Amino acid sequence: MPLGRTLGLLVPVLVVASAAGAYALTWRTSYAPVTRPDPASFEPELVAKGAQLAAVGNCIACHTVPGGDAFAGGLPVPTPFGTIYSSNITPDEGTGIGTWSLAAFRRSLQEGVDREGHHLYPAFPYDQFTLLSDDDVEALYAYLMTRPAVEYQPPANEVAFPLNIRAAVAGWKLLFLDDGRFVPDPDQSDQWNRGAYLAEGLGHCGGCHTPRNALGARERDEAWNGGMAEGWTAYPINGNSPAPIPWTSDALAFYLRNGWHQDHGVSRGPMAEVTGNLGRLSDEDVEAIAFYTASRMGTADLADAGPAVAGPIEAPGEQQDADSQAQPGNASGDRGEAIYAAACASCHESGRPQPYGGLDFHRSTAVNAANPQNIVIVTFWGLPPADGMASAVMPGFEGVLSDDDMIDLLNYLRREFTNEPDWQNLGELVSTTRSGAHTVSVRPADMIERAPRNLGAKEEP
Amino acid sequence: MTTRLTVNGAVVDVDSDPDTPLLYVLRDELGLHGAKYGCGLGQCGACTVMVDGTAVLSCLMPLLTVAGREVLTVEGLGSTDQPGPMQAAFIAEQAAQCGYCIPGMMLRAQATLTANPRATEDEIRTALEFNLCRCGTHIRILAAIRRAQREMQQAAASSPRQGEDVL
Repeated sequence: MPLGRTLGLLVPVLVVASAAGAYALTWRTSYAPVTRPDPASFEPELVAKGAQLAAVGNCIACHTVPGGDAFAGGLPVPTPFGTIYSSNITPDEGTGIGTWSLAAFRRSLQEGVDREGHHLYPAFPYDQFTLLSDDDVEALYAYLMTRPAVEYQPPANEVAFPLNIRAAVAGWKLLFLDDGRFVPDPDQSDQWNRGAYLAEGLGHCGGCHTPRNALGARERDEAWNGGMAEGWTAYPINGNSPAPIPWTSDALAFYLRNGWHQDHGVSRGPMAEVTGNLGRLSDEDVEAIAFYTASRMGTADLADAGPAVAGPIEAPGEQQDADSQAQPGNASGDRGEAIYAAACASCHESGRPQPYGGLDFHRSTAVNAANPQNIVIVTFWGLPPADGMASAVMPGFEGVLSDDDMIDLLNYLRREFTNEPDWQNLGELVSTTRSGAHTVSVRPADMIERAPRNLGAKEEP
Repeated sequence: MTTRLTVNGAVVDVDSDPDTPLLYVLRDELGLHGAKYGCGLGQCGACTVMVDGTAVLSCLMPLLTVAGREVLTVEGLGSTDQPGPMQAAFIAEQAAQCGYCIPGMMLRAQATLTANPRATEDEIRTALEFNLCRCGTHIRILAAIRRAQREMQQAAASSPRQGEDVL
């Protein structure tokens, strides 16, 4: 028998055997169903605290289908191992978590086990939520149990054998789950520790901003060193941040609260939902997350430049007014430069402040980043307008630019506005992103389409 | 240097510089004044035309990216004497007030219904988000697009299907 076939048979057998072993070792009990708690039984202060915590956790983003009922689940989450559908976390007794006791709810967040004792897939970031304090779990419970109950059964997960056996997840946990609450660092300030607690735990920044290994677990040695989210690049947010102007603690706090910053531009893609939610936090908590993040970037001691203003910027071509018909000259004959001058410069050199003006590309993290994925996405599909409110808007150029046009334009931006070397994988990224072979999500910059009928934490308890 | 492209079915060679926006080529060199200059920033949609079947903002499309491609403007949808279905529907619903946004609205709608003849009300509204109307005739514009959709579907149902023997 050829070696390959022997291994082909042996590997699944071993996997199943070890999964069965893990199952035996990590058997979890079932919590008896409870009668759904009366929403009036929760203290309003506790519910309000839970609303803010749910915003930190960005729970609504995964547990809501865009345009659907908040927290009713059903959003497909693509993983390398198959598609996971988020669960219904409204207090519906049949399809949601209405029959979950506080203890069952706590175990799901801290240990990744559902009420009946099934291991949950780590698409649900319990490997980070495990840091949550029991008090905060109780507040989240109060918040979710007072949401409208929605009767909705999300589709079944589409995960291939052997991972479709829930017990296989137990083996994953043995390797990658450090079950335990947050332990403050006594050498750091209270603000730093508060930020670390929120960002490393419930905020689960590392869920997107940390690269993952072949088994989908975060690489321990590369915390916050950049990852992927819904087809977008999640930039490194440690000392390797590609932002051309270093993030100060104040700049981060402004950005996380407002979804944009004069020196860095507008949050978009999955991060738009995050900033949309964090805008609802107290100043204290946003500043704590910002301070901790800046310390990870090594910029916590950096003085802020003061209120964000558009200073004079060095840019190619002529300066022009926002709605001038004049086009910058194209002396060099470079094709990418010509496209930039005619299609981009009228906004991106207008000098109009963020978030409504185009960002000067000297300040663009997307153009400075090692991976061009985000600038490709934004150039193709722009920033769609939000419904019923002012938002940053950029038209998409999918119908305007051929693949070659895109490559010429982005190479020009890279050479003109950064000191970084050319991107190596640009052509392939452009064609797979356009064709959809590389799937990305594109939504308005303010997350409003997530659930227009119910904006989650924005809704007062 | 000339650039060759197809405009409303006719092959044309134009002399404008390659970095000239398509809108200026259409209006200034070809004398097609249907597409309008609104903001020049891709924010208002008045300059919307179709290129290879897709709605684009012609004020932000340099000529060099249009070489060899097919452009459709409101002049290509029909004439005063024989308006096309989209134009006839806008007339029937009296959708124009000042009219400045209307050619862009018609081309955006045409592209939307070409790609998806059964587009829902929500899909049509989403597609039109980039086209602004300051007079506020949105309700009539939407009514016109629904009328055009109905008439296009009826025309498609009563005409021979593609590949069917017309004899």
